[in-house]
Amino acid sequence: MADRRAGTNGIGVYAADGREDVVVRGARRSRLNGFGVYAVAYLVFLYLPVAVLPLFSFNDSQYVTFPLKGFTLKWYYALADSQGLLNGFWNSVKVAVSVSVLSTVLGIFAAKAVTRYRMRGRGGLIGFIMVPLVIPEIILGISLLITFSLGGVALSLVTVGIGHLLLCVPFSMLVLISRMEGFDPSMEEAARDLGENAWGTFWRVTFPIIFPGIVASLLLTFTISFDEFVLAFFLCGTDATLPVHIWSQLRFPEKLPSVLSLGAIIVVASTIVVFTAELIRRGGVQLTPSRL
Amino acid sequence: MWFMRSESARGYALLSPTLVVVVLGLLFPLLILTTMSFWKQDYVDIIRTFTTENYAAFFEKKIYYLILYRSIRISALVTLVTIVLAYPLAYYIAFHVKKNKMMWIILVTIPFWTSYLLRVFAWKVILGYNGVINSGLISLGVISAPLEFLLYNPTAVVITLAHAWAAVAILPIYVSLEKIDRSLIEAARDLGESAFMTFVRVTLPLSLPGVIAASLLVFIPTVGDYVTPALVGGTRGIMIGNIIQSMFGKALNWPLGAALSIISMLTVTLAVCALLGATRWYRKKVG
Repeated sequence: MADRRAGTNGIGVYAADGREDVVVRGARRSRLNGFGVYAVAYLVFLYLPVAVLPLFSFNDSQYVTFPLKGFTLKWYYALADSQGLLNGFWNSVKVAVSVSVLSTVLGIFAAKAVTRYRMRGRGGLIGFIMVPLVIPEIILGISLLITFSLGGVALSLVTVGIGHLLLCVPFSMLVLISRMEGFDPSMEEAARDLGENAWGTFWRVTFPIIFPGIVASLLLTFTISFDEFVLAFFLCGTDATLPVHIWSQLRFPEKLPSVLSLGAIIVVASTIVVFTAELIRRGGVQLTPSRL
Repeated sequence: MWFMRSESARGYALLSPTLVVVVLGLLFPLLILTTMSFWKQDYVDIIRTFTTENYAAFFEKKIYYLILYRSIRISALVTLVTIVLAYPLAYYIAFHVKKNKMMWIILVTIPFWTSYLLRVFAWKVILGYNGVINSGLISLGVISAPLEFLLYNPTAVVITLAHAWAAVAILPIYVSLEKIDRSLIEAARDLGESAFMTFVRVTLPLSLPGVIAASLLVFIPTVGDYVTPALVGGTRGIMIGNIIQSMFGKALNWPLGAALSIISMLTVTLAVCALLGATRWYRKKVG
């Protein structure tokens, strides 16, 4: 780093690659400048609130207050005895698995359509599929609730799944579009020219290349659905999902420590899943023809 | 050009399942919502004759109007705070981080994916009367009685939402900063602008598309939020989302709830148009 800056004269000079700091004063070599300090403080602001959940979940007290009273696992043991929680957990898993698979399949179709075929109104159609992301969830929730109610559809995990699908499809599509844009369509053309049919081309060429995108899409949409509260609140009827169950527990102060321990588990699990998904998605080696 | 037509037809065919989901799951329900906003609740029954009563109620009863106004104000403040906090970080990742940019982006994104409900709940625990901050400061001897201004007010809502939507603001700003041609900044510096004026006259205007995108992505969803106001807002922090939710719960007046939703969406759309119009005007003035 230092050698590239050796020629600076205090006025501010850029390295030849044009990607140096905006202000490169001669003597400043430390990476931890004002922005660096700010960035670290910002990360603390992002992560500290969530870190409170695990910290107090091991605290041997009914109340979430300092000073800490002592280490205990009893709040975690209490979780295993709660029937409502276990029901909620399995309901959430059912919905999240179905939604992530459906959403990813739809995402593959949609991403293939917009990256491989010339289509009139492509931008508008992509925008239309993204709309659920910018509409307040409460409005999505109540409009679906009204529709199901007028149509005589009983609220269940299926109706929750329909709501979640709307939120998840845009993410699947975005993740897979960026993956499909990253590889050369001539590889697919080559397979077709060498006699593969459409399915064979997809299965033996496209699928292996976009596989990291598919895994990332499955993991991310699973997390979105598993953690989603607002739509589930309006659409679950009596089949409470885990977040709806948590919401119902928040009213009772004596349940607080158990919610903390449950929250700690969910936050840690979600973080691991999302971190893995993002590593796979963003870190996945982009295949180029020379590597094949 | 028969193959062109068949090519786009295959594209539409592949896209159609997703479009069907969005039409049936979003467009159709929104039409039903609009229709219902012109119906009327009669105790437990809904009377399906056309009436504008619900809309009249919004303008007659000051409370709905005031709460919508407050929601817009809180969301605007949340947007401002979120972006002012997020911009320097995006700037840092785009211009100062050399290696591991991806790791920074992942680190910033992760909290966004984890349970929203739990993040809000965590803030309630932190800001509470006997919460983490108060009990922490008391046990350190900094204060003798709990600070009451922390929880159950609009400030708590703003802090919580600024935290919850951070990643949504950082990503578009980062992308627009990353796209800036570095030679433009170099040129400004070579021509004698100070570092600060280079930022004001080159970097900031060029990153404006990202800032606008971030504002919309934070502002639009937060206006309708009801989880945060319900958990940390108290009575002074009630937002329009809470009122709409109560219409589908305890208050049991679906048509009025539908009308309030439509009015909120229209108001947000107007606010967004005003913002976009203002930016266009600004661009014309500068460019």
